[in-house]
Formats: sequence, C-alpha cells, structure tokens
Amino acid sequence: MELYGVELTSRLLLGTAQYPSPQVLLEAIHHSRCEVITTSLRRESAGGSGAAFWDMLQDLSVRILPNTAGCHTVRDAVTTAHMAREVFGTPWIKLEVIGHGDTLQPDVFALVEAARILSAEGFQVFPYTTEDLVVGERLIEAGCEVLMPWGAPIGSGQGLLRRDGLKAMRAHFPKVPLIVDAGIGRPSDAAEAMELGMDGVLMNTAVAKAGDPVAMARAMDLALRAGRAGFEAEPMERRDMGVPSTPVLGLAELM
Amino acid sequence: MITIAGAGLAGLACAHELARRGARVTIYERSARIGEGSVSRYAGGMLAPWCEGESTEAQVITLGSRALDWWAQITPVVRRGTLVLAPARDRAELTRFAKRTEAHEVVDETQIAALEPDLAGRFRTGLHFAQEGHLDPRRALIDLARRVEEMGVTIHLDTTAPKRVTLDCTGMNAPLHGLRPVRGEMAILHAPGVEIRRTLRLLHPRIPIYLVPREGQHVMLGATMVESSATCPPTLRALSELMNAAYALHPGLAEASVVELGAGLRPAFANNLPQLIWQDGTLFLNGLYRHGFLLAPAMAARAAEILIPETEDADHRERRTA
Repeated sequence: MELYGVELTSRLLLGTAQYPSPQVLLEAIHHSRCEVITTSLRRESAGGSGAAFWDMLQDLSVRILPNTAGCHTVRDAVTTAHMAREVFGTPWIKLEVIGHGDTLQPDVFALVEAARILSAEGFQVFPYTTEDLVVGERLIEAGCEVLMPWGAPIGSGQGLLRRDGLKAMRAHFPKVPLIVDAGIGRPSDAAEAMELGMDGVLMNTAVAKAGDPVAMARAMDLALRAGRAGFEAEPMERRDMGVPSTPVLGLAELM
Repeated sequence: MITIAGAGLAGLACAHELARRGARVTIYERSARIGEGSVSRYAGGMLAPWCEGESTEAQVITLGSRALDWWAQITPVVRRGTLVLAPARDRAELTRFAKRTEAHEVVDETQIAALEPDLAGRFRTGLHFAQEGHLDPRRALIDLARRVEEMGVTIHLDTTAPKRVTLDCTGMNAPLHGLRPVRGEMAILHAPGVEIRRTLRLLHPRIPIYLVPREGQHVMLGATMVESSATCPPTLRALSELMNAAYALHPGLAEASVVELGAGLRPAFANNLPQLIWQDGTLFLNGLYRHGFLLAPAMAARAAEILIPETEDADHRERRTA
C-alpha cells in the first residue's frame, strides 16, 4: 500500500488513545506489526506539553499520523494541524472535523474546506469522511490523495454498516487509497473491509478497549492480512444453491 | 537517620513505615503547609482496588487491598463501597466493566434505591463493590502528618531538601527517566440538594466520571486524564464534559455550586505502576499515578523494607532461605 509516496507493508493504522497504559500501547503497536500510528493533539497540549507521551511515540520506528480528533470547526482543525506539524515534523495529517457530537459524524462541508486550506499549505491530508462519492470527489479536488471513509461511528464497534457504499466507493475511486476509519469492532470487520478491496483500516478502540489489547492487536494484523490475501485471491461468487464439492465421478455404484 | 524529600502522600507514608520500624526520620517539604504542594490534594481519595482492576494490572488489587485498613488507623475512612452505573445507552460499558472486575454484585433498580435513595428510578442496573471505600485526601494527609510527628518524625516545612537524601518522594519534580505527567482536572461541588453516600462512577465511552462525597454536603467530581504537562487551570472542555456527565447522573447536581476547580499532574511511568528506583545513592518512590492513596501504604512498606531490612523477621528469613 502506498500513501503519499510512502510504501507500507502493513495495512493497519493504529490509534494510540485509551490503552490501559503506555506500555500496553507499545506492546500492542509491536504485535500489530503496523507501520503507522495516529495520535491526537489537544489544545491544552499546545507548547509541546504532551511531550513525554509524544517522545515515547516518536522513539518508535513507526510513522506518526497526527490527527485533529475532537475538532468541530475548520479553524480548530487547521490550527491543530499546524500544531501537529510543529510537534511531529510531518506533513501528514488525519483530518477530522466532527459535525455531530453523538454520532461523531464528520462535517463534510467543513472537512472539504479544511482539506483545501491544508493541502494548499503543503499538508498531506487523510480526511475522515463518509462513503459519499461526491464528497470524496470534492476532497480529491481539494488535494487529498487518500480517502478515509467511516465503517460506523467512531468507537462504536459496529463494523461496516454500509458495505454497499464502500463497494461503490471502491468502484468509483479505483486508484485512490481507501482506508476504513472508525467503526471496526472485531477482526472479522477488518477482514471484511479488506475483502471489499479497501486498502487499509484504521482503528483504535477495538484494540485499546479489548480485554487483552496486545492479543487483539495481533488478531487484527492477522485478520487484515487474511482479508487482503482473500481479496487478491478473488473469492468465488455466491450461489443460491448447494453445489457438491466432492466429485460425482467414481462414486461406488449400488448393485 | 533517614532523610526524605517531599512531605506529600508518598513521603509521609514512607515516614510512617520507617518510623514504625524504629527509624529516625526527617522530612523536607518545600511548601509551607502540609498538602499544599502535593498533587494528592486533587485526588478523589477512592480506595477502590477492585474498580481499578478494570484498567490496570492485578498488582494494583494485590497492593491496594489492604489500604483501607491502613488508612482507617490514621484518618476517617468511609466504607460504603462503590456504585458503578451507566446511562441506558452505554449499558455495554457496564457489561465490559463487570467482565473485567471482581468483588462486585449486580444491583437492580430497587437495590440502587436502597443504596442511594436520591438515585431511585434513575438507573435499572449497576455494580456494587461493597468492600471499597473512600477518604478525604486533604484531611488524610494532615492526619498522616500529625501521626508521623507523634511517632517522632521531624517535618521541616518551607524548606528545600539537602542535595543528598535517603529517599526522594517529590513526584513530578524528581529527575527520573521515563516519568511522565498525566494531567487531571477536577471540581469540588457543594450539593446540598443531592445526597450521595458512597463513591459513584458513571461509565461512558468518552467521559467516565466519578463523584466522591466529602464532608458538609460536598462532592468531589473527577477527573480527566490527559497526556500533558500543562499546569493551567481546567479547560472549559474538561469542565463541560465532567459537569455534563454529572448532570446526566443526577439533574439535581445542576443546582450545586462549584466551590473549587483544580488541575494537577499525576506522575506515572510507562506501565502506570509505581516503582522504587535507586539512583545516585537515593531511593526514589514515584509513579503513583492515579493510585496514590490506594498504593502508597504498600509501596511505603516496600521502601521501608529496602532501607531497614527486618532481618530478624521470620517471614523475611524464610524468603531468604527459599
């Protein structure tokens, strides 16, 4: 998978919030074999006050994708992106502009606007969006080279609620990396996203809030690899009738 | 003679355990009054090892289970348990909490009403951790200081510690590698309209809160957890989240007056567990994170054991020969 010219062998992007401890987080990152982690900046972290935690993340050999989680306006998101670039020294930014407090649905209008501003400033934007095709087109026009449609509301663990929408997105944007962001609950959800031909999956709560986050990180890695391998192997078509899988030839004949 | 830097929770608890073993102890404390410079003044004061089991290692339960008895000898401890609740739509959080913890009983609406009459009819189900309790952190620290002074410990307030001390308990001020601050924001409410008898925890996927009753119809409302070293007063976001959640617990809390707002930095290591570390001839007790009152007694006992090994102790002998 290639994201903004960076070649990655793992299709998993892992969030860094809500783990029982930083140590568990580090182990989960290790066992997930992911190469990209995402972390949020909050306003009270301005001036690098989150430094101790960020230093720990930056010491890892994984790439950091800072995000604008919790931002509700264009201005908020743009300011946070600036802070992120300063703290982490990367043009990458996962752009979240939340439109609804309960569903955490993206405000796609503000998202497009913020994406345009940030792309023009040289950021490489990973927009958290819906599966809406027109919004996707607008984001690409705005300069995004990756789209991150949601699977379900953030943190809900509901899996892929709109399979057909994601399929349509895949068909409509055959060359754009599509990463399912949010909503993954179980390894089967992650595998399903891969089988639909998505390029990657970003998750946080599913791993962080699992009974054993480290074991779940491992499970997610395996699920993604299995799902992708299955996609590449071109799964059989569904049939509505049973078809015997044992050969009919050579059956013993009853005398 | 043993010298300790810091008369906060860790320093005083260590002084207690050392004095109990017969040591002569002197503590140096930078602030002018006990508790003033200690982050524990913003603590909830919960003695809730089983609830903490939800997000931490079993070690916390083991180390913390005797904390209630330890504190009860020093300061008033309310032993009415912890009641864990969740709004109807976040029932999944309660299921998860129950699965990950022990020593609780599932309580229904009637039982909740019996435990907390003011919450009658508000929640269908909850978890009661009957063995848990709480104390008032500020009072506890003052009571503990008084006790160690009675035991012969000298506390020098308003005094910088000498360069070399036996034991360093200075929290975030300690020069330890890997120690990081986890910011917490809290409020103290005066809520005469709502009676809360025991620690209440309201689960929420994003904003879990707890309420701990204090003297005089006061309630402590906490707490955020932010990976940040910012020492500014609580942010509006933190407060609105905490207060919204409190309001969801009981709308009557809307009438409470906000008596105090505070923000502190919890010292923590990467695994969020406390550690005893030797560095340049000084023993450091640090990283009590959000488990100060729960783990200080056990960690202090360990520190004392390191500094004054009870060689004649039968138990110790056994361990050495094992």
